[in-house]
Amino acid sequence: MSLNREDVEKLCLLARLEVTPEEMTDVASKLSDIVTLVNQLQTADTTGAVPMAHPLDIVQRLREDKVTESDRHERYQQNAPMVEKDLYLVPKVIE
Amino acid sequence: MHEATIAQLAQELKSRKVSSQELTEHFLKRISHLDEDLNAFITITQNDALAQAKAADVRLASGEGTPLTGIPIAHKDIFCTKGVKTSCGSRMLDNFISPYDATVVARLKKAGAVMLGKTNMDEFAMGSSNETSFYGPAHNPWDRDKVPGGSSGGSAAAVAARMACGATGTDTGGSIRQPAAFSGVTGVKPTYGRVSRYGMVAFASSLDQAGTLTRTAEDAALMLQIMSGPDEQDSTALPNLVPDFCKALKDSWENITIGVPDNFFDKGLDSNNAQLIRDALSVFEKLGATIKEIHLENTHLSVPVYYVVAPAEASSNLSRFDGIRYGYRAEGESGDLAEFYMRTRGEGFGAEVKRRILTGTYVLSAGYYDAYYLQAQKIRQLISQDFSRAFEDVDLIAGPTAPTPAFSMGQKIDDPVQMYLNDIYTIGASLAGLPALSTPCGLVNNLPVGLQLIGPHLSEERLLKAAHYFQQETDWHALVPPGYME
Repeated sequence: MSLNREDVEKLCLLARLEVTPEEMTDVASKLSDIVTLVNQLQTADTTGAVPMAHPLDIVQRLREDKVTESDRHERYQQNAPMVEKDLYLVPKVIE
Repeated sequence: MHEATIAQLAQELKSRKVSSQELTEHFLKRISHLDEDLNAFITITQNDALAQAKAADVRLASGEGTPLTGIPIAHKDIFCTKGVKTSCGSRMLDNFISPYDATVVARLKKAGAVMLGKTNMDEFAMGSSNETSFYGPAHNPWDRDKVPGGSSGGSAAAVAARMACGATGTDTGGSIRQPAAFSGVTGVKPTYGRVSRYGMVAFASSLDQAGTLTRTAEDAALMLQIMSGPDEQDSTALPNLVPDFCKALKDSWENITIGVPDNFFDKGLDSNNAQLIRDALSVFEKLGATIKEIHLENTHLSVPVYYVVAPAEASSNLSRFDGIRYGYRAEGESGDLAEFYMRTRGEGFGAEVKRRILTGTYVLSAGYYDAYYLQAQKIRQLISQDFSRAFEDVDLIAGPTAPTPAFSMGQKIDDPVQMYLNDIYTIGASLAGLPALSTPCGLVNNLPVGLQLIGPHLSEERLLKAAHYFQQETDWHALVPPGYME
């Protein structure tokens, strides 16, 4: 199984992840190796198997409907690249 | 002081033969001497450590505290630590100062443990060698040209080199057990949900589990006692009360049946490693255990299943890194918002993280979801059922932790599939959410080898007890890497 440049570019757009032209050949070839590895899954007979999304057989628990979190935006926004008037700023984009 | 275990130091601290300040200063000094060569730490929190040690001494002087009060430990840099950089081994979080403590960190802090620093790791815990870290690889104290294992490589190296009494780690597919094996320490991955994931940077949420890297099973019991238990902040943390792990170690030996999967002894397993595992099994036989060969039908598919499920969850989890609210942001103007995200993420993530995100995106994308993701979830069910069936007849499963001793730096980093296959024996327990540990069981070419024990859900007492008894009969866990004794 091999992924070509176009396949990788499509994935990059879906994942919002840039791969530079210099990285492209290496990324495509290694992703192809990984896809070949995971293609082994097609050999298994899974008739009747229930997909397992999670190792625990539990349901989401409920809690009382009361406020437990306080407003901590000032502390949290200390990690933001740009903030103005309590708002997260993004750089100017030309759409 | 560094030659003692946590259990021994706890006695000395309690009887005031040694103070936490002396102990902490001693370990900080060791780190400053030794870590230049090992790169086990990303951040050293010297001032906080000394302040915490002072507070611990006050507590101990008044006859209070826990067995961990005053004990210097290290946290894998995946755990959020309030006011301290939490990088997850990535450029993406190189500037991230956590505004809060992970539950694991908060509980150990409350118990009085002293934090020496944050340990090196594969970027976002994606790797088996610690080589994908943005901060450069940690080295194996047994041979600095070898990898310490990963992703909790810094924690393993720090404990092996006696730069910390114990350390936290996380295990998604083997990231505690494999570095423990490579570095000659005891690594415990509890049952999925036994320890809260709150404040642990997410990689694959249905697999991630926090645990310990320590010198002995007894030390692991002491740390897990504090770390485990229900947490309101994590809805997947199990509600079950935590048994007394330390008491379980002291219970008398009961004759158990240990299952040994024939397919763990495949052609991929180094013959010297295989011999050490067989020797370890005969130690259990001498203790009175019955050894029974078993077969885990779908084990050969555990690596491909994992490399669908984990990247799929990772691609979703890591979408939060957008360069807007926290973390790395690309400089300069972008044409549109998509380009801004792409550049930020393209520059902020390293090669292995990018591969996992792209793999995850591929297996979840339209047209491939059923063939890969759904199929992987079905086989995950089959793998889990194999274990359940096995545990109808046996109490524990034993086998190798890794196919070989530590491999050389650079040996596998350019071949991801070879790197992934290194986790063949550890991934099964992760997929099934089972508790498992690795304990040292010998040396091959002067490099440590680990014995893996896997138990049914919530069988940590049985697992820790088996490892503890094994460690009473053998001395492999007490070996110090040459040059790190003094």
